[in-house]
Amino acid sequence: MSDLRRAHGYVELAEVAPGGMVLLRAAPDTDGLAEAVAGVGGELPGRLRISSGDVQVAWMAPDELLILTPDAHGATVELGRLLEGRHHLALDVSDLRARFTLRGARVREVLAKLAPVDMAPAAMPPGAFRRTRLAQIPAALWLSGETTAHAICFRSVADYAFATLATVSREGGEIGLF
Amino acid sequence: MLMLRCPNCGVTADETELAPGGEAHIARAATGSDDAAFEAYMFGRENPKGVHFERWRHAMGCGKWFHAARCTVTMQVFGTYPAQTLSPPDDLLEKIDAARPGWRWRDLGAGHRHTHDHHDEER
Ligand SMILES: [Zn+2]
Repeated sequence: MSDLRRAHGYVELAEVAPGGMVLLRAAPDTDGLAEAVAGVGGELPGRLRISSGDVQVAWMAPDELLILTPDAHGATVELGRLLEGRHHLALDVSDLRARFTLRGARVREVLAKLAPVDMAPAAMPPGAFRRTRLAQIPAALWLSGETTAHAICFRSVADYAFATLATVSREGGEIGLF
Repeated sequence: MLMLRCPNCGVTADETELAPGGEAHIARAATGSDDAAFEAYMFGRENPKGVHFERWRHAMGCGKWFHAARCTVTMQVFGTYPAQTLSPPDDLLEKIDAARPGWRWRDLGAGHRHTHDHHDEER
């Protein structure tokens, strides 16, 4: 897509092209859950974590995972097959959320301006996954490295998320946190 | 600022991540109840100055409900506990006994160790 938004403040903000996302809801003790997640190329994350790899799996709630995968339709079908007979929901929600990346030395500070989350390195290391809010909208945040952060939010509020992130990362707004 | 630890996901969440769900442990007046019982169920609330038990939802986080005990005067949080219970856990009540000797909330507190008999009838 050519109309992906970017903003060049004291961090680089970029809207990410829509990618596959699969919602998987199941009780955490569901028989074969880890095997099913592995069956679609992912790894079951720990509590409040996101696993890395080509297929990323985010811990959304005790009974909810969000699988970021290039093949959402295939993963949804495969999860249904692997968990057949066990109470669960596998749903292709690729259209549901927008995704943004932030790059730069001050990504922690920019997110700390908008989210009531301790963004200090010890509290929020790369791989930690946190559902919270960005200003007035629900969102989820994680870092994949010290200078790269990611945010997802409902697509219906993506304009707000982008505008708000762009505003607080404008040159001149540096605070010097972290 | 009020911060509550969500027992579902383990996050210590700022109040702005949470949605208040009103008073805790309200037993529904069942079909056949008289008007007074229904009125108490619909409108009767404790509104205490001091120890209070509430429902909260981690709305901007894991999305799940839980219970919290706090002081409405000082905002001291005594603890949080799962939504799937009809009464506060004993260890939490003991903590409140120590922090607020003589406290009362409905039939709880002031040395009246709560009994489960009352709640068993509702199950
Ligand atoms: Zn939670």
